[in-house]
Amino acid sequence: MRFQAALMMVALVVAASWGGTFAAAQDGPLRIEITEGVIEPLPFALPVFEAETGDAGALATQISQVVAADLTGTGLFREIAPSAFISNVTSFAAPIQYADWKAINAQALITGAVAVQGTQVNVKFRLYDVFSGAEMGDGLQFTGTVEGWRRMAHKVADAVYSRITGEGGYFDSRVVYVSETGTKDARQKRLAIMDYDGANVQFLTDSSAIVLAPRFSPDGRRVLYTSYETGFPRIYVLDVGSVQRRVLESQEGTMSFAPRFAPDGQTIVYSLSQGGNTDIYAMNINGGNVTRLTSAPSIETAPSFSPDGSQIVFESDRSGSQQLYIMPARGGEARRISFGPGRYGTPVWSPRGDLISFTKQNSGRFHIGVMRVDGSEERLLTASFLDEGPTWAPNGRVIMFTRETQGEQGRSTLYSVDITGRNLRPVRTPEGGSDPSWSPLLQ
Amino acid sequence: MKLTRNILLLVAGLALAACTDATRFGADGTGAGGAGAGGPIVPGSANDPTSTAFFNQTVGDRVLFAVDQSDINDAGRTTLEGQAQWLLANTDFTAVIEGHADEQGTREYNVALGARRANAVREYLISRGVAGNRLRTVSYGKERPIEICSSEACYQKNRRAVTVLAGGLTG
Repeated sequence: MRFQAALMMVALVVAASWGGTFAAAQDGPLRIEITEGVIEPLPFALPVFEAETGDAGALATQISQVVAADLTGTGLFREIAPSAFISNVTSFAAPIQYADWKAINAQALITGAVAVQGTQVNVKFRLYDVFSGAEMGDGLQFTGTVEGWRRMAHKVADAVYSRITGEGGYFDSRVVYVSETGTKDARQKRLAIMDYDGANVQFLTDSSAIVLAPRFSPDGRRVLYTSYETGFPRIYVLDVGSVQRRVLESQEGTMSFAPRFAPDGQTIVYSLSQGGNTDIYAMNINGGNVTRLTSAPSIETAPSFSPDGSQIVFESDRSGSQQLYIMPARGGEARRISFGPGRYGTPVWSPRGDLISFTKQNSGRFHIGVMRVDGSEERLLTASFLDEGPTWAPNGRVIMFTRETQGEQGRSTLYSVDITGRNLRPVRTPEGGSDPSWSPLLQ
Repeated sequence: MKLTRNILLLVAGLALAACTDATRFGADGTGAGGAGAGGPIVPGSANDPTSTAFFNQTVGDRVLFAVDQSDINDAGRTTLEGQAQWLLANTDFTAVIEGHADEQGTREYNVALGARRANAVREYLISRGVAGNRLRTVSYGKERPIEICSSEACYQKNRRAVTVLAGGLTG
C-alpha cells in the first residue's frame, strides 16, 4: 500500500509539472496511468538534431541518441520510433506541425541543433508540449568541448527531465566504483570512474592491491577510498584530475576504512579498528584534528553525514545485531532508527535530506531499502542473494548499488533502481563492478 | 526447488564430513614426533619443526569461527596452544594474524568483524606468553575467501583467522 502511495506521488509530480495542461488533458493522452504499480511511460519524439555546420552530422546523431537513452533509461519516458514520424524536422527554426506529432501520440517533442566550431560544440534544444500546442520553457543552449560531447547531451536530457518531472536532473554526473575481475578467491580490484550511464570508463588505480568503497567529495573532484597497498587497510584521498593520491591515516597497529566526506569537503568521517574494536572518527582532510566520535566495545562503522552536516547516520551492533543509528556530527548520544526484522547496514543519507538508504539482511536475502530519517516508512526496493552499498543520484530519486550473484561463478554488477522500487536495471561496465559512489551534478 | 535444496544440503554434509576427516588426520599426526620420525629432517620442509611449513601444516595456522562470532572454540584453543608453544620456541619469527569473514555480510561490517577475529587470536597468543610486539593483525573482511561456493560448507572455512609467519626478527 505504502508502495502504491509513493508511485502515486511520482505520477502527481510528473503530471503537475505540466501545469495548466494537466486539467485539460486529464481525460486525454497526457495523463500518466498507474496500472498495478507501473507508470505508463510518457511518449516523446526526438527527431535527429539538425547539423548546423557541415562537420556536425555524426555528432548530432550521437547526441540525439544519448538524450533519448537518458530519458528512456528512467523508465518514465518512451521514445517513438522515427519511422512513425509524419513531419520531418529539417530546421530547428521551422514552425512545429503539432497535428503531425499529435497523430502519432507524441506527448513531448524535443528538437535540437548541433554546431561544431574547432574544438567546441554548441547544442541547442527546444521542448514542446504537443497536446497543448506550446513550447515548454525557453530554448536552451550548451557549449563544451567536442571531446566532452556526451556531457552536452546529458545537459539537454537533464533540462527536459527537470521540466517534465519537476525534479532535479542527474544525467550529467559521474560514478566512481571498484572494477572487478577474476573469481571470488582471486579477485582483482581497481578504482574506476565513468559517466553515470557507464560511458567513458577510466581506471584510477592498478589492481596490485585491494581497493574498497570509493566516495566522492562534495565537489566531485576528489575521491576517498580504502586500499591495502601497505598490507593493511588505509584511507587514501585521490585527485580525480591528476590521479595523484596520498594516505590520510597510517597509525601503526590500526586499520582504517569506510571514509566519507562531510558536506563541507574539509572534514571526513571514517572507521578505525584498534585492538579488535572499531569506532567512528573524524579528521581534517589534511590529516589533522583527529576526533573520536564513538567509544563503545561494539562495531561502529559506515558513517554518512546529513546534507546539512549536522548529523551522522551509521551502523552499530551495540544492540547485539547490526542496526542504524543517528548521532550529532560531533559525536554524542545516538538514537536507533531501524527496528524491523533482520540486520541493517551501510546507511547513506539522501542528498535531499529526507530519506536514508541502507542494506538489509533478513532470512538469507539482501535488500536495498529506504526509510525516513526517523526510521518510519521503511520500504525495500530490491531483493537478491546479495545486494549492498547504495549510493544516491544527485536528485535523490535513483539509487545505484552492488549486486553479487551466488556460487563459484559469482560476479558483482552495478545496478540502479528508483526509490519507488521501479526501473531496476544493470549499469553496463566493461568488467564487474562494486561499491559505486555517485557524484553531484557536474559544474 | 525443494529437491535442489536437499541436494545442496547433502553436498554440504559431505563436504563437512570430508573437512572433519582432514582435521582429524592432521591432529593424529601428533606434531613434531610423528613428522620428524619419518625420515631425515630437511631444513625448511614440513618435517623441520622450526619451519614455516611445519607451523602451517602440523601446528595448524588457522582457527575457524561461528557465524558473526569472534569467540575461540575448543578446536581453536587447541590450535592456538600449539601456535603459542611454537612461537615461544621459535623466537625469530613474527606473525601477522589475518581475520576473514564469509560473504554473508556487508563489506565494512565484515572488515570490522575480521578485525575482531584477528584480535581474539592475538589476545589468546599474548595470554600464553607470546610478546605482543611480535603479533600484528589485519582484517580482509570478505575480500579473500579461500572457498568460493555459496553455502555453509565453504562459509565455515572462510570465517577464519590465519596466523601468517613473517621472516625472522634477526633476518
